[in-house]
Amino acid sequence: MTTEQYPKIYLYRRIVQAKLFIDNHCTENIDLGNISDEAYFSKFHFIRLFKQIYGKTPHQYLTFVRIEKAMELLKTGMPVSEVCYAVGFESLSSFSGLFKRIVAMTPSTYLAQQQKIKAQIVKSPLTFVPGCFAEKNGWTKK
Amino acid sequence: MTHTSIYVLNQDSAIDFYTNKLGFKVITDAPMPDGDRWITVGPPDQPGFEIILSPITRGMFSEETVKALRELVEKGAFGLGVYTCSDIYATYEELKAKGVEFTKAPVKEFYGTEALFKDDSGNWFSLAQLG
Repeated sequence: MTTEQYPKIYLYRRIVQAKLFIDNHCTENIDLGNISDEAYFSKFHFIRLFKQIYGKTPHQYLTFVRIEKAMELLKTGMPVSEVCYAVGFESLSSFSGLFKRIVAMTPSTYLAQQQKIKAQIVKSPLTFVPGCFAEKNGWTKK
Repeated sequence: MTHTSIYVLNQDSAIDFYTNKLGFKVITDAPMPDGDRWITVGPPDQPGFEIILSPITRGMFSEETVKALRELVEKGAFGLGVYTCSDIYATYEELKAKGVEFTKAPVKEFYGTEALFKDDSGNWFSLAQLG
């Protein structure tokens, strides 16, 4: 494969590395100032480029990734208070507020909703499968 | 469209690829009779659209068809779709850093900029930034 040298490749690589760092360390106490230092950018330049590529500032993106992680943990049935600290928030009220703003429901409502879905999957899994697929696979006969 | 199928060689490996590499979410992972699993994933910003990760061992195929289909998937015979993104260079660098195999780096075409990549089974897709 030939690699076309697209413009500003080094800038992309640094911003992508910063994004991946946030993805991989989102539950830790990340200092976003350090990330711009490691990417060899001024803080202002870093935030501007990051937002240009991902549509969010690094801080907004970190919050978004933490809430996504929280949704995954809530799906497993983990209690809301445990999830809050597990994904890096220090205050339950700020976690709940941000969660509601992004997901459009409170963490406890989301937890209850996911538990209900889980129970329904166990009780009647075929309700999640379009009929034609269930029939073709022979699942409706069993 | 609400559902489409992708034939995969291994469902667990496919879940890892589509979630941890492409960033999709598991929508349903439900046990079916005889140990089968109904697994769908989808892009988080496209609710209502589910990709079925179908193993090629289903009751709907004969043994001969299963063998032929597995071979075709492994050979990379199927181009299954186009994923669009807002910044192809950033997405390309990110997916490459995560170990996704590209067969074509981003190239400007008349319709936009396009790269090609393969999933963990061998199915290939276009990654495009339109315009």
